[in-house]
Amino acid sequence: MGTGLRIAGVLLFLAIVFLGVPWAIQASGRWDFYYTLTSVALLAIASAGVWLTFYIGRINIGQGAYALTGGYVSAILVMQAGWNFWLTLPVAGIFCALVSVLIGLPILRLRGVYFAMVTLVLTEVARLTALALPITNGAKGITSIPLPGEVSILGLTLIPAIDTFGDVKLAFYLVAAALMVIVFAGMYRLVNSRIGHLCRSLQQNEELASSIGVNITYLRIVAYAISSFLGGIAGAMFVAISQSIYPSSFTVVDSVNFMLNCFLGGLAYVFGPILGTLVLYFGWDLLFETGRFQLLIYSSVLILIIVLLPNGLLSVFERKRATAR
Amino acid sequence: MSPLLEVRSVTRRFGGLVAVDSVAFDVAEKEILSVIGPNGAGKSTLFKLIASFLKTSSGEVIFKGEKISDRSPHEVARRGVVRTFQETTIFRGMTVRDNVIVAHHLRSKASLAGYFFASGDARADEAAFARSADEICDFIGLGEIKDEMASNLPQGHLRALGIAIGLATDPAVLLLDEPFAGMNHDETMRTVELVRGVRDERGVTVLLVEHDMPAVMSISDRIVVLNFGQKIAEGTPAEIRADDKVIEAYLGAEDESIGL
Repeated sequence: MGTGLRIAGVLLFLAIVFLGVPWAIQASGRWDFYYTLTSVALLAIASAGVWLTFYIGRINIGQGAYALTGGYVSAILVMQAGWNFWLTLPVAGIFCALVSVLIGLPILRLRGVYFAMVTLVLTEVARLTALALPITNGAKGITSIPLPGEVSILGLTLIPAIDTFGDVKLAFYLVAAALMVIVFAGMYRLVNSRIGHLCRSLQQNEELASSIGVNITYLRIVAYAISSFLGGIAGAMFVAISQSIYPSSFTVVDSVNFMLNCFLGGLAYVFGPILGTLVLYFGWDLLFETGRFQLLIYSSVLILIIVLLPNGLLSVFERKRATAR
Repeated sequence: MSPLLEVRSVTRRFGGLVAVDSVAFDVAEKEILSVIGPNGAGKSTLFKLIASFLKTSSGEVIFKGEKISDRSPHEVARRGVVRTFQETTIFRGMTVRDNVIVAHHLRSKASLAGYFFASGDARADEAAFARSADEICDFIGLGEIKDEMASNLPQGHLRALGIAIGLATDPAVLLLDEPFAGMNHDETMRTVELVRGVRDERGVTVLLVEHDMPAVMSISDRIVVLNFGQKIAEGTPAEIRADDKVIEAYLGAEDESIGL
């Protein structure tokens, strides 16, 4: 693909996300799609993290744990320490990254299904911890969290308070979409830099990678920490939107969905999680009108996609290119 | 002159089995030294111990006066002792050139963050790695097919790629695990020349484990012979050829006792 074509593609994507979608919603009057698409953007961010752990050869079914942790860190800092939400966002991510280093050191030695099983347990551990700790307020959760306030330095407003916008839903959508664009731009850069090359070496053969001098333990930890950081900020952002968090806000099902988003989009494509999340989440919503057939249709389509395109939705383009050659 | 690499009575036990039994020898700089022995003699285990892919039960390996055994493999590689693999272990999902480029890791000057933000060091690294990878591909004879997916390569080229990956790390000592295994005579002779070139033109000390006797005899400066985990002989190819113990080990002592 030429550079010009690539830039055109990116511009088109940005135009759709920031102009096309608000226009379409305005025109159709489906205001509820704002919430759906905001969720897609945030879930795609968490899925990007899962995708990165796939990229170093680990199946991660524990992202829900970090989304929940990030959400609680943000909620507690806002409610109990009176912090501004925008400050808690990076803190929630960094907190999750640090926790993931502690958890990752022992468990990242495990491979394949063993690592997957341990991460599967993590979400449940996070849920039970949130239930048990006094600071998280148990099953009652933390509610009535104020909307993000303004950020200003020396009287100069950098980020206006979210409720000064006429349409809060639109504001949240734009924030989530911008966050998603930033995260995926970063992911694209990561994968196309030498770091991505090293990650691929890890994915393909850890023994050989260590024999060429790659500190595989360190690289695995770095990738897992970035992954968990993304889970944390996605979780925190969710809490800001729903203004509440409960131990059941992110469950094992969410963790499995994060993984499915990656599979569906394609594990070899950095933008796969966006498409996967959109199709999975939005598709589920669209099928709402089919009533009791919703799950049946949804599952059948999923199975079909996985059978027909085992390498993900984005592999459609790959196949075209291969036959064109 | 003190030796480059010293193996000091290294022992490795697996449960009750002593796979390597206080083996000791020295490797001089720019030497080609082969470790030979019948199947199960402990050659591959010894290799893994030198490259720290296995921990020793006792004894130590010294490189340039520093202990390198019982560390992690990447730390040993960083010091300049790099192994290639017996099975054709490569990065299958990358092109030949990308295999060699990624193996330049130890020459990196930039940090991971530097690579992310494309710092000056990072860009210099990437340009240098690409140039050096092209040069190594040409040297190894893979120049023509460097854009081919590694998974599409035939056996002989895979072995060469393994050596190219090893060279990209800029090693002082290269450990080659059965570089001639499964090769026909012509391929073997070509690889023998290649290994000589690695030593003569790049100044790399080569330690190899091998079954192929004619190849070993023609390539080695010195040979160490293992049997049942113990060193039974050490010397020049001519000395080894004439060594009774070696002949016994290869032909089998029991044969004589049953009158064959």
